Amino acid sequence: MSFDSKIPAGEMNEKWNDYKGHVKLVNPANKRKLEVIVVGTGLAGASAAASLGEMGYKVKAFCFQDSPRRAHSIAAQGGINAAKNYQNDGDSVFRLFYDTVKGGDYRAREANVHRLAEVSNAIIDQCVAQGVPFAREYGGLLSNRSFGGTQVQRTFYAAGQTGQQLLLGAYSALERQIALGTVEMYSRHEMLDVVMIDEKARGIIARNLVTGELEKHFGHAVLLCTGGYGNVFYLSTNAMGSNVTAAWKAHKKGAFFGNPCFTQIHPTCIPVSGEYQSKLTLMSESLRNDGRIWVPKQKDEKRKAVDIPEEERDYYLERRYPAFGNLVPRDVASRAAKERCDEGYGVGTTKLAVYLDFKDAILRYGKIELGKQGNTTASQEEIIKAGKAVVEEKYGNLFEMYEKITGENPYEMPMRIFPAVHYTMGGLWVDYELQTTVKGLYALGEANFSDHGANRLGASALMQGLADGYFVIPYTLGNYLADEIRTPAIPTSHPAFAETEKAVSDRINTLMNIRGKQTVESFHKRLGKIMWDKCGMARNEKGLREAITEIQALKKEFWSDVRIPGEINNMNPELDKAGRVADFIELGELMCKDALERRESCGGHFREESQTEDGEAKRDDENFSFVSAWEYKGESNWQLNKEPLEFEIVKPTQRSYK
Amino acid sequence: MEHYNMNLTLKIWRQKNKQSAGSLETYQVKDISSEMSFLEMFDVLNEQLIVAGDDPIAFDHDCREGICGQCSMHIDGRAHGPWTNNTTCQLHMRAFKDGDTIVVEPWRSKAFPVIKDLMVDRSSFDRIIQAGGYISVNTGNAVDANSLPIDKKDADNAFMAAACIGCGACVATCVNSSAMLFVSAKVAQLAQLPQGQPERESRVLNMVAQMDKENFGNCTNTYACEAECPKGISVSNIARLNREYLSAGLSTEQ
Ligand SMILES: Cc1cc2nc3c(=O)[nH]c(=O)nc-3n(C[C@H](O)[C@H](O)[C@H](O)COP(=O)(O)OP(=O)(O)OC[C@H]3O[C@@H](n4cnc5c(N)ncnc54)[C@H](O)[C@@H]3O)c2cc1C
Ligand code: SF4
Ligand code: FES
Repeated sequence: MSFDSKIPAGEMNEKWNDYKGHVKLVNPANKRKLEVIVVGTGLAGASAAASLGEMGYKVKAFCFQDSPRRAHSIAAQGGINAAKNYQNDGDSVFRLFYDTVKGGDYRAREANVHRLAEVSNAIIDQCVAQGVPFAREYGGLLSNRSFGGTQVQRTFYAAGQTGQQLLLGAYSALERQIALGTVEMYSRHEMLDVVMIDEKARGIIARNLVTGELEKHFGHAVLLCTGGYGNVFYLSTNAMGSNVTAAWKAHKKGAFFGNPCFTQIHPTCIPVSGEYQSKLTLMSESLRNDGRIWVPKQKDEKRKAVDIPEEERDYYLERRYPAFGNLVPRDVASRAAKERCDEGYGVGTTKLAVYLDFKDAILRYGKIELGKQGNTTASQEEIIKAGKAVVEEKYGNLFEMYEKITGENPYEMPMRIFPAVHYTMGGLWVDYELQTTVKGLYALGEANFSDHGANRLGASALMQGLADGYFVIPYTLGNYLADEIRTPAIPTSHPAFAETEKAVSDRINTLMNIRGKQTVESFHKRLGKIMWDKCGMARNEKGLREAITEIQALKKEFWSDVRIPGEINNMNPELDKAGRVADFIELGELMCKDALERRESCGGHFREESQTEDGEAKRDDENFSFVSAWEYKGESNWQLNKEPLEFEIVKPTQRSYK
Repeated sequence: MEHYNMNLTLKIWRQKNKQSAGSLETYQVKDISSEMSFLEMFDVLNEQLIVAGDDPIAFDHDCREGICGQCSMHIDGRAHGPWTNNTTCQLHMRAFKDGDTIVVEPWRSKAFPVIKDLMVDRSSFDRIIQAGGYISVNTGNAVDANSLPIDKKDADNAFMAAACIGCGACVATCVNSSAMLFVSAKVAQLAQLPQGQPERESRVLNMVAQMDKENFGNCTNTYACEAECPKGISVSNIARLNREYLSAGLSTEQ
């Protein structure tokens, strides 16, 4: 099978320009005859479908929610990066590129990251033109804030609802194309397999989630924009429906899976409160701009946070990482929180939490605000009041969300937070053109193994999703489709469609006929627990080996004892969920296998066997400077292919945020 | 926060599909923690139903953090339940006490037919957006973002209108099933931005025309929508829509 990253030759900052200058084009008359399937309408899918529709391709778009506007991207809070340097603080395309490669702990492909940084500015322009209401300064120009792992202010935001506003922008562009007839939208549809003809992806089988019917859809090319697989851990910040099914089906049809074990555990989430917990809620990283993280200096502290005096607080991030302080990258911040809690300094009833405190920020902003009004003699109360108003403007919706969930007022007492699974850097392996190892099958957004290496910097996923959809795929897809203009649309009466549909339908029948005793949810929870305990924030050989055995056993149990109520030919959310959990179980095994093989620590992947004396992650560039691209060979059987990573520009060093 | 457990009686709308008639069915749940979310309480009930061999209750949800707009339950006569500025998924069980009876129904509107149990079809909202809820700018057409300064007040107001999550609570709560709050939020967002000016008139006319086509009722200014909107979308947007509509109508007549 072909395995070529297709990185263009030439200087790093010329590669993309050169590529665009020489890529094959499809003329407008031919575009109308070419059909493209876009699965997923998050930032990646909606932007791709809209752009391809505008260009004149015939597009069919799919999502499992009731409207494309509800894709999981909607939940992104903090912001989106771009190298605009509007703040004149020394930012540039190069610096964004450099920060992303370093932040990813030198496990990303340089050429892709450079392209991402190059197109970042055009994304902001496009979104503003669509009417995305980014935050602005009094002069009417765009406002920025900083995010973890960087020392410049390059993050554009819309309060704590950046993802929502960006997605609504892409969604409106998509709806416009739907109205113009270039895109046909299939909501409440779930793709359940890829149809292959002559070793090319030529369509999909999708289940209409309302009627239960299986449908066949042809496309000259298929784009998977189906998001990440963090829900393999059961509890995560992802939406309930986020799943790996589309990517997993593609994997089983020959698409390599890249770096499956690279998972991002986000440091600031609302802690688990009980067994019934169905998901975890993120408190945006932007809060670390202003909030200070601490635990009591005394173990097993009984006093309330507000009663603990300043000198008895351990601001452990500021102590350990003076250069970056509370703004260290996510992986570093998460492990530091775990370390404090493991040592017995955790807070709250479960002792699995640390404080995120806005007291100082409120005072600081209060003084600034009153100072602007010329009030220098304000009382403490007035200062706090003015400060709270500023904090409310910046983070109001997040504070409100926190209060709704916990019943506590974060303006008065510090938030309790703990790390939670948030994002998956791993995903379908793609080349420079975003094509998987299956011809005609592309992966965009979080679904691909992407540009983030072993750790993603905050505000970079939105950037990548929109980069892929608005500015990369419109070029690279043409390079493939230019050779397809002589292929007429293949009717879905072609036997390959019937065969694939039968395989899908057989699997559904098998699932329904198990009629066991345990619910789908209970299996998902058990899988999540294995993954979190043994393939979570810290991993070791013994644990990973155990996890693999346990997952294999869980799989057997699932396929002999799961209970799915309802009917096949009707709406059946439990059946949908069962299919997704079955795929998660298989993915979980591969993730553990990948984590086991990667005997180094890098980014979010922390192997306990590979750490420095002061407990920081220790990379092993000599042996592991590669992308793991796993090839499916049959049940519980994978072959590891390696894409070597060469760093021409950003020379790997041990990451230091001290 | 003090935690407590409770036993509850639930009366839930069950309806097999679009065609069939539905009815309220009664269920009991025990030992529900005050820390659970309302939907987690539904998870507990559904697990119970599945184990007992019954059909679990179908309901829409995804993000469970108040932003996707997918959850949609009418709880004790109120869209999204008793808390203000709140979605169903953000409602927590501390809003209830031991022994309570809770009645849960789907959104009710001709324009939102029930698909199953508590799930409704809100595709009419998408079609209203298709009619004009956008700015016609193809990918690649844009100029530098800062070449277009926008008064912070206008930008903030546009943002507040853009916060609509498209949940449909405004429609569900309105005696006339009017979609005015939803439509006005989009119209107001784009009308307040310089980018939205070129299509300002056609947008409002087309979106309102589509709204009428979709069987939504007329707005009679009861303001119930604003009270139940989880995102605090203000009825001042409706006033703005009316002004926009009037002036667009006048200028196209000329
Ligand atoms: C709470 C939260 C906050 C975040 N905040 C930020 C932030 O501030 N900045 C940032 O850069 N990133 C952030 N992220 C990450 C970022 O939001 C995501 O990585 C990104 O939005 C993913 O976009 P996507 O288009 O790839 O996928 P998604 O938005 O997840 O969309 C997936 C789409 O695929 C569809 N789909 C999936 N499977 C199927 C199937 N089998 N058949 C049919 N359709 C299918 C879904 O319906 C959906 O339309 C955040 C993530 C979370 C969870
Ligand atoms: S206006 Fe409010 S109630 Fe109506 S759809 Fe928007 S968010 Fe929901
Ligand atoms: S589930 Fe997303 S808003 Fe309630």
